[in-house]
Amino acid sequence: MSDQKRTVRKTTKRTAPKAIAAGVAARVVVPAPAHAERLLDFYREMLFIRRFEERAARGYTQALIGGYCHLNLGEEAAVVGLISALQPTDYLFTNYREHGYAIARGIDPKRIMAELYGRVDGVSKGWGGSMHMFDLTHRLLGGYGIVGGQVPLATGAALAIDYRDGHEIVMCTMGDGTTNIGAFHESLNIAGLWNLPIVYVIINNRLGMGTTVEKSSAEPELYKRGAAYRIESARVDGLDPVAVADAAMSAVAVARAGRPFLLEVVSERLRGHSVVDPAKYRSADEVASLKQHDPVHTLAARLVTEGISDETTLSVMDQEVMANIEEISAYAEASASPEVSTLFDYNYATPVPNDSRRLPGEPLFAAASTSGANS
Amino acid sequence: MTLMSYRQALHDTLRSEMLRDKDVLLMGEEIGVFEGSYKITAGLLEEFGEKRVRDTPIAEEGFTGAAIGAAMLGLRPVVEIMTINFSLLALDQIVNHAAKIYGMFGGQARVPLVIRTPGGGGQQLGATHSQNIELYYAFVPGLKVVAPSTPADAKALLIAAIRDDDPVLFLENLALYNTKGEVPDHDTPAVIGKAAVTREGHHLTLIGYSRMAHVAKKVADQLADHEGLDIEVIDLRSLRPLDRETIVESVKKTHAAVVVEDDWLTYGIGAEVAATISDGAFDFLDAPVRRVAMAEVPMPYSKTLESAALPSENDIIQAIYQTLEAIGHRRIKAGPHD
Repeated sequence: MSDQKRTVRKTTKRTAPKAIAAGVAARVVVPAPAHAERLLDFYREMLFIRRFEERAARGYTQALIGGYCHLNLGEEAAVVGLISALQPTDYLFTNYREHGYAIARGIDPKRIMAELYGRVDGVSKGWGGSMHMFDLTHRLLGGYGIVGGQVPLATGAALAIDYRDGHEIVMCTMGDGTTNIGAFHESLNIAGLWNLPIVYVIINNRLGMGTTVEKSSAEPELYKRGAAYRIESARVDGLDPVAVADAAMSAVAVARAGRPFLLEVVSERLRGHSVVDPAKYRSADEVASLKQHDPVHTLAARLVTEGISDETTLSVMDQEVMANIEEISAYAEASASPEVSTLFDYNYATPVPNDSRRLPGEPLFAAASTSGANS
Repeated sequence: MTLMSYRQALHDTLRSEMLRDKDVLLMGEEIGVFEGSYKITAGLLEEFGEKRVRDTPIAEEGFTGAAIGAAMLGLRPVVEIMTINFSLLALDQIVNHAAKIYGMFGGQARVPLVIRTPGGGGQQLGATHSQNIELYYAFVPGLKVVAPSTPADAKALLIAAIRDDDPVLFLENLALYNTKGEVPDHDTPAVIGKAAVTREGHHLTLIGYSRMAHVAKKVADQLADHEGLDIEVIDLRSLRPLDRETIVESVKKTHAAVVVEDDWLTYGIGAEVAATISDGAFDFLDAPVRRVAMAEVPMPYSKTLESAALPSENDIIQAIYQTLEAIGHRRIKAGPHD
């Protein structure tokens, strides 16, 4: 039995957290064509997520989408940078603000929109909605609606990989507010103790709903929390997809070598906590600053400035994306709602006698209905 | 068949399932070096190593959640939560995650997880360590909750739970660990979701689970020997799903029922059983369904108060007599029985 630790893969490094101040992350020098291609790919994907989310917001106001609907607007650079560092076989656990992650993971956006619409063609067959996207093929192991709920689960997935001496890693994203949840600390402790191959990613958009990080976290430099568990950590500018991608690749390398990593991505949330939140707690200055730092616009300007693209080309790209999004919405709208007869299809994976399968008005015992039933 | 204790049946079953399937691993506080607070896992660390017998930090939410995540990737973790009281710390992971993952994602991920945990008062452990809160889990669709009362069921239900692809809360009981019984040598799993009629009779149906199924059987045997009463006893064995059919069929035959439980009365499992009887056997009932349950107080430490709070054999006998009296069962002599 090979129950010795994977010492070969493990790093014994206990480096101090590398603080990379937001906005000044070092740019990696790469050959020009590859660099251009990389930026364009990032931009295309970010723009797609932007337009998808805007369409989702519209779908919500049209009452085509119900429940809660949290958007990745402002988080696009973080999303594409992080996901670019993963291999297809790696696992991703995320929270309820996950449409963009599902897109970046390569899941057909039609199925993502169909899930928002609660239809049978949705990634979770209409059972999950905005907060609970899941796709085993693309190893998105769930959006989770409970703050911090995904963190122990992701830790356990990393345990399963380690148990089987696999070479995959787990990435687990969460919001800044999650770092105050007990499950976060319990999980990091376990991952640190057991040398699990996992990258915990804090998307710090500075707000937990309407409460600032400074008001909710006694140590607002969240990446420093890794030190309590001897987990290497770093902070990166989440508005720059290249910086995020490079930081994520370093983090993933640590995880693949058998040590957990904590990466803080300093990001923005362009709108309210969810679609229905007007975000009145933000000042006019703050809103103006947000617009100025919009990662999609910033990257577009950079593409033009660096001569990688021009405004006309980008405008054509945008039109193509918009047309595609309309097709996606049409697909979602045309997809059927689940049949009521399927309501009990997912009670249990292993069938079990006496499973309760009755609609609200149905009696426990058929015989009891005979006297009072209308025919 | 081999005569063994409930504890030994659990231990031997964990061991044989670990030998059978390398995806089975154990996780929990003090289960390795310390060999388990109640010694169910004695010797297993030595035999299987740290990889498969994992001592965890005191972090119920973290390690229970990690077990759920590992199960999502196909492992079959058996988590020990030291007592069911501590499962409250893992409530979010059990209720919001283990129970939801299969349905919430449209059947794409299974959670083949077992949470073993003992309940039980009567050990002078005071208010926070004497609860029987399996009801919290039995309430939740997506979970299966089983509660063996005999060594044979401990084995058969544990095999079933480990091989099941859904999360199963496996309720043990501190007072049952040392009880003995014949255990089959074969590894046949029980069918989860089925109650057992452990004694056939026609005067009244006595229903219980876990320790109270054990006590109910004992009381019924006594009343048969000394009073000529013929009481049918049902051991629920599975709290979710609940085998309503077996309950109702029995009451249709006996026309009376007493439900005994080691947990609080109001909103309890006994209430669900009584409602089931009302729905399924109303016209057959000759007396109201009686419930015998724990006094509704935080469990006191003092032995006299603790004993008063817990349902006793005499409480059950009284309830049986009163029910039979109510239906005019004149040949029964009423009166205290101690």
